[in-house]
Amino acid sequence: MQTVTTQGTEPLLSITGMKKHFDLSPPLLNRMIERKPAQHLRAVDGLDIAIPKGKTFSLVGESGCGKSTVAKLVVGLYGPTEGQVIFDGADLTDLEASQRADYRRRIQMIFQDPYASLNPRWRVRDIIAEPMRSFGLVGSKQEERDEVARLLELVGLNARDGEKFPHEFSGGQRQRISIARAISSRPDFLVCDEPTSALDVSVQAQILNLMRDLQEELGLTYLFISHDLAVVDFMSDYVGVMYLGRLVEVGPANEVFHNPTHPYTRLLMDTIPDMGMTRRDRAPVAGEVPNPINPPPGCTFHPRCPLANARCKAEPPQLRAMPGDARVSCHAAEEGRIPPLAKGPQAQNDEPTMQLRASAGGA
Amino acid sequence: MQTMTHSADPLLQVRDLSIAFDTRHGPLRAVDNITFDLAPGEILGMVGESGAGKSLTGTAITGLLERPGHISGGEIHFEGQRIDTLSKDAMRPLRGRKIGAIFQDPLTSLNPLLTVGKQLVETIQTHMAMSKDAARKRAIDLLAEVGIPAPEQRVDHYPHQFSGGMRQRVVIALALCADPKLVIADEPTTALDVSIQAQILALLKKMCREHGAAVILVTHDMGVIAETADRVAVMYSGRLVEIGPVEQVVKNPRHPYTKGLMGSIPVVGGGLKRLTQIDGAMPRLTDLPSGCAFHPRCPKATEACTRVKPSAVKVDDGQVACLLYEGAQ
Repeated sequence: MQTVTTQGTEPLLSITGMKKHFDLSPPLLNRMIERKPAQHLRAVDGLDIAIPKGKTFSLVGESGCGKSTVAKLVVGLYGPTEGQVIFDGADLTDLEASQRADYRRRIQMIFQDPYASLNPRWRVRDIIAEPMRSFGLVGSKQEERDEVARLLELVGLNARDGEKFPHEFSGGQRQRISIARAISSRPDFLVCDEPTSALDVSVQAQILNLMRDLQEELGLTYLFISHDLAVVDFMSDYVGVMYLGRLVEVGPANEVFHNPTHPYTRLLMDTIPDMGMTRRDRAPVAGEVPNPINPPPGCTFHPRCPLANARCKAEPPQLRAMPGDARVSCHAAEEGRIPPLAKGPQAQNDEPTMQLRASAGGA
Repeated sequence: MQTMTHSADPLLQVRDLSIAFDTRHGPLRAVDNITFDLAPGEILGMVGESGAGKSLTGTAITGLLERPGHISGGEIHFEGQRIDTLSKDAMRPLRGRKIGAIFQDPLTSLNPLLTVGKQLVETIQTHMAMSKDAARKRAIDLLAEVGIPAPEQRVDHYPHQFSGGMRQRVVIALALCADPKLVIADEPTTALDVSIQAQILALLKKMCREHGAAVILVTHDMGVIAETADRVAVMYSGRLVEIGPVEQVVKNPRHPYTKGLMGSIPVVGGGLKRLTQIDGAMPRLTDLPSGCAFHPRCPKATEACTRVKPSAVKVDDGQVACLLYEGAQ
């Protein structure tokens, strides 16, 4: 299986041929008596990504596209239906439980909701020390206390905050606690599932800055999951755009954001509220994400795509390399039917979308 | 850009409005002396972080404030009539008829046991003298207008048969079905996916323009405001810190809080290494600082800021409540 985003360097984590299907079939008796068909939700349907060490790979997409399922597959909360998670050369889906522990220590997760992800009955020092205890990383009580204090200060809290309970903190401070817990087992890899979407913007800025600082300081590698394109652009080295369980476009962040090829990526770019105050009318993007239990045949995006033709309705496209480093899964791109984006300075955030509108007019 | 807000007779006047919650430890002031006008047909964005009091202000205008919250001072005038002192019964015909409301979660604001048609017909008949058939026809027309495909069939469907974006379209139809003069839209797109959010905002704007309704758009998302509103009111800790034409507030914010807020929003293609950050968090209502509520986080705070509560002063076409600008008057 090919790696998608790296050239030369060995990825720290790669996912190959990943599929996760959920069985939503009615009970066997109903199927037999009422002749109800079996139903499968293909939450993730063939995904290949590779994340180089020290970099941030972001998955972006709308709700139901499968991005959170990928997060759970990577940390091992779900087992895959098919495919592998290869971390530092080892296949995590095929390890003995005893061997798995050390890899689990090296992959930690930050969750979306800091109100639900911290045990309200534990003191903060216990919350942060728990991963160290379970992996046996600290010897004495004193050592543990020092380490908790160091972690609290590292994430911008006070060492004395360890004595408090989670309810005594605001949302942003709680997310700092979550981060301290995630890094307490000295991981190499963090899975961050919408870590700032429950926070106010000014607090979001603090947390995003903190995450970038920690990445630099500790050499962490991130899998970052978000629906907010501006946040993703700020955080990422590589971006994968997901639609109904598949990647439609993947590549270096600046390329995907400044030269989006797939019609869905362009659609997402066009939905970013316009802070440039140009008062453009947004292209009215028709339609919604279809039901993933019963996805459209061919390219799953074709009902919303302005460029769809007969081939798109019949044949699912594959990820193909484009000029540049991005890979796109689109028949129109392969056949050269994608209208080009006008080239120009990309200094302002509304530029790409303006260009898209100009080109989408004829479609 | 509309700058006629003060020339025409305002549709809504909010004067020194305060909202308090009675607690065992005395009253908590959640909204503190806010004053603003709204012109007919104008879209006013209200922005602020959670707990800034923006939703409460909207709730107070619709008369839906629930105990222990109550209006503890000030006045609200709508079309020249004082409405904050009206009884529940006197307020009811106004609400829905003259003042519509759109809430964040479209599933909880629709009755799951009634078809959307029934809910629309009921609302139309409550506020307008119309036969059942005429009301049903109007309901179908409205559904078509908000972009629901096959409205003749969809009118007899239940809310759960609609997707999130479609439900919010129904809610917009419901809010506008009696042609209100004012719509309070409280985070109308927060529960929706980004691509649907764009559709709903465009629809809300179009519908309100066509029906001549003014809108108070309450949101925490500055992008939504920049795209939709004519004027912006920025709230912090229950106070109005800055109000002005959207272009001025977004491109040239004056209050240090607004400046920090604008700098903390990541933009695509910004190419930034770091976001501007406002350290700390908004104070709790139980623990409001003296003077300007923003002073503990403000990079420009002086000794005076810890003592004096700033009042709004005119800066260009807007107003700013900050001591930095009081001397300039």
